[in-house]
Amino acid sequence: MTDLILILVATVLVNNFLLVRFLGLCPFLGVSRNLEAAFGMSLATAFVLTLSSAVSYLLHEYLLVPLELEYLRTISFILVIAASVQFTEIMVRRLSPLLNEVLGIYIPLIATNCAVLGVALLNVQEAKGFAQSVFFGFGASAGFALVLVMFAAVREKLISADIPLPFRGTAIALVTAGIMSLAFMGFSGMARP
Amino acid sequence: MWIGIAIAVVTITGIALAAGLVLGFISRRLPGNSGDLVERVNELLPQTQCAQCGYPGCRPYATAIVDDSAPVNLCPPGGDETVRRLAALLGREPLPVATSASPASPGCVAVIDESLCIGCSWCRDACPVDAITGAHHFMHTVIASECTGCELCVARCPVDCIAMAAAR
Repeated sequence: MTDLILILVATVLVNNFLLVRFLGLCPFLGVSRNLEAAFGMSLATAFVLTLSSAVSYLLHEYLLVPLELEYLRTISFILVIAASVQFTEIMVRRLSPLLNEVLGIYIPLIATNCAVLGVALLNVQEAKGFAQSVFFGFGASAGFALVLVMFAAVREKLISADIPLPFRGTAIALVTAGIMSLAFMGFSGMARP
Repeated sequence: MWIGIAIAVVTITGIALAAGLVLGFISRRLPGNSGDLVERVNELLPQTQCAQCGYPGCRPYATAIVDDSAPVNLCPPGGDETVRRLAALLGREPLPVATSASPASPGCVAVIDESLCIGCSWCRDACPVDAITGAHHFMHTVIASECTGCELCVARCPVDCIAMAAAR
């Protein structure tokens, strides 16, 4: 049980996918202008990430390994992720038209989010068990959500700040992201018990 | 070696097929609530996304129709036929199509004044049904049989050479 909690802490803070591993930066910069959209996007990504990390693990363990087809994992994980994204899109459209208004365009982009594929591949590379894989996926999405919402909040404040002309827009966003990344790297000291 | 390739191909095809079947099953079995009806209303609309009804697209207008906050006759590109179908689907009275803000009445098509056209292609890019033909820096013209009268091109023209005229 403690190792599952440790995995959560590790992926949310210490090895945060966005700020320490630098995966999944597209929605990080793309959807973070608006706090509501960022929150919704992180929920959708969390759902896709957890679902696809679980299904990818099962697929790898019970189909690819027995048939000695490990070399097919990238393409089969992409298939699983695409199916999960489509599933999420169907769910969002049917269950919450309001969320669909805000997020509808961004959901297919989750399929190209490298953090999702990264989680699936890392689970396999580091030879985790099923529970660890699911917690790893959940932790990755929680870390993603945390940073995305924080960044969206900062960006909303930046709109009313007096920024020098060359820095306005994406430039100041990237500088902010860099500073946040520095802050999160401070968590690496937590890895040693 | 061929067996290996065959197994790999069958496996990937099998995964894709399974995913497709699951998604299809879920898509049919999920309760739609009003979502189902919105989808059906949306399918009756012409998908021109011209915003002449006052909503930013066909699906928002469909949602408003289902919510009962919009009448069924606001869609000029859909015309009377669409009003009739929507009224039949929802059990409401068919009304004549509401005219849009501009003086053009339904049944109009856009016409490009060729003496003014500069070939900038802004209108061609704005047309949702590809009714404008013309290459960059060459003359542009509207294919009248394709034009739905949505008027999205009129505002885009920088030399104001597009006008709405009654279809012949």
